[in-house]
Amino acid sequence: MTRRKSVIPGFGISMGITITILSIVVLIPLCSLVVFSAKLSLSEFIDTVTKPRVLAGYYVSISTAFIASLINVLMGLILAWILVRYDFKGKKFIDGIIELPFALPTAVAGISLTHLTTTNGWVGQIFYNLFGIQIAYTRVGITVALIFIGIPFVVRSVQPVLEKIDKQYEEAAFILGADAKTTFKKVIFPEILPAIISGFTLAFARCIGEYGSVVFIAGNTPYETEIAPLLIMSKLQEYDYSAATSIALVMLGISMVILSVNAIVQANVSRRVNGKI
Amino acid sequence: MELRKENKVLKYFLITISFIFLGVFLILPLVYIVITALRDGISGYINAVSDEYAIKAALLTIQATAWAVIVNTIFGIAAAWLITKYSFKGKKLLSTFIDLPVTVSPIIAGLIYVLTFGRQSGLYPILDSYGIQIIFAVPGIVLATIFVTFPFISRELVPVLTAQGTDEEEAASLMGAGTFTIFRKVTFPHIKWALLYGVVLCTARAMGEFGAVSVLSGHLRGKTNTLPLYIELLYQGYDFTGAFAASSILVVLAVIVLILRLVIENKGNKELDLNK
Repeated sequence: MTRRKSVIPGFGISMGITITILSIVVLIPLCSLVVFSAKLSLSEFIDTVTKPRVLAGYYVSISTAFIASLINVLMGLILAWILVRYDFKGKKFIDGIIELPFALPTAVAGISLTHLTTTNGWVGQIFYNLFGIQIAYTRVGITVALIFIGIPFVVRSVQPVLEKIDKQYEEAAFILGADAKTTFKKVIFPEILPAIISGFTLAFARCIGEYGSVVFIAGNTPYETEIAPLLIMSKLQEYDYSAATSIALVMLGISMVILSVNAIVQANVSRRVNGKI
Repeated sequence: MELRKENKVLKYFLITISFIFLGVFLILPLVYIVITALRDGISGYINAVSDEYAIKAALLTIQATAWAVIVNTIFGIAAAWLITKYSFKGKKLLSTFIDLPVTVSPIIAGLIYVLTFGRQSGLYPILDSYGIQIIFAVPGIVLATIFVTFPFISRELVPVLTAQGTDEEEAASLMGAGTFTIFRKVTFPHIKWALLYGVVLCTARAMGEFGAVSVLSGHLRGKTNTLPLYIELLYQGYDFTGAFAASSILVVLAVIVLILRLVIENKGNKELDLNK
């Protein structure tokens, strides 16, 4: 690695510590994944990941994560909006509690949500008796757990952007005769759209890989409510490392696609902001 | 000057929706844990949380969390310093690798350690000859915990150090201060709140990690069960009071984390305002 000369000492030691710890924790394990994957035969890999049960697992993970993240976009937008634009009692409380899904262990959230939503749980019985909807042990339950996990993502990415929007633009829109709806659609929404996309993709990527909160509420019926991470887990428990790695590689591919879409969107936005388009 | 009148109906509608949403999804699960934990009375609760295995699981969780905080603090400071004070090739790649662990499913995190240190790995005979066991043992749990919280501290420090720039360190260095003096006297005062904030986030995530630890733990009661794994064990054994009682410990810790977060944020912001 080459560097421009800096007068600040300590390059060597900070580089040394960083590379050593990074190697042990991330690089070496990652290399072993690459080495192990290279040893898999292509036909075996394709055979594993196209099994109907595995495909169903991907479908369950992706579809529930997608719906949960969409709901979180809507609620995240509303939450960010009321936190930035309105004054009301309990605002500090809401601002603090939003981080709860980051602070509460996922397994704890999982068992609590499960108990609440079974057909004789506090919330579950209301839905079951009134609408005939079962929540726990169905895909609805998985979606509920993923909504819980994804709550902070959209709020926390939209909130700072909304705070920074200059009121002048809205005032200009008002003077030019725009009503509230048009102002939101044409002035505010384009400003916060990149942050919404960023929050959505982060939540989506996180939810696809989520395990702790989902295993309890899912019921784990093959083809119906069995998520992809659980399939990896059960292959590992059978010591079938090839199958586990194959399923994992496809999941890594999916999250890479999601995160690159976000990276491209953000790069485009920053180019536009800097006036290079 | 407020040009447009606030739409009162919309305002209260949105606030009501938010309270209902957060009430159902966040508050209700918390309240439910506490109520279920206490349904067999206080003595039942105390029995459940003072169970020998519960205490051992809690101790292992503390051990893994402490390791994660120590390693990630050292790494976070070194990496943030490296990224913000020098320019070198490969910096972007380095940042990508640092952020990688949080984008990977915890189960996949566990899987890559199994592939690295498990029986089929080339490293296994070497480690085995020294009598070191990593997976299905405590070191694996510690490694998994470090992995899932890896960028938490550096991520908090980088923006602060970027905003601060390098002028002060350069001046100190030209006046003859050594690396550690510069760090202690110049850099550290700027980052202390961000560092504390990172430590709090790291602690919160580390004590609750479930997926990665679940892959790497041998699920041996009293030996390789962390608190979240112990909760799963009780839950699957239909000991719901025990499971929720053990959960309530983690709920209390989570609430403490949230409060600390707010306090640190306020302190940090106040200090920033003073500097301006």
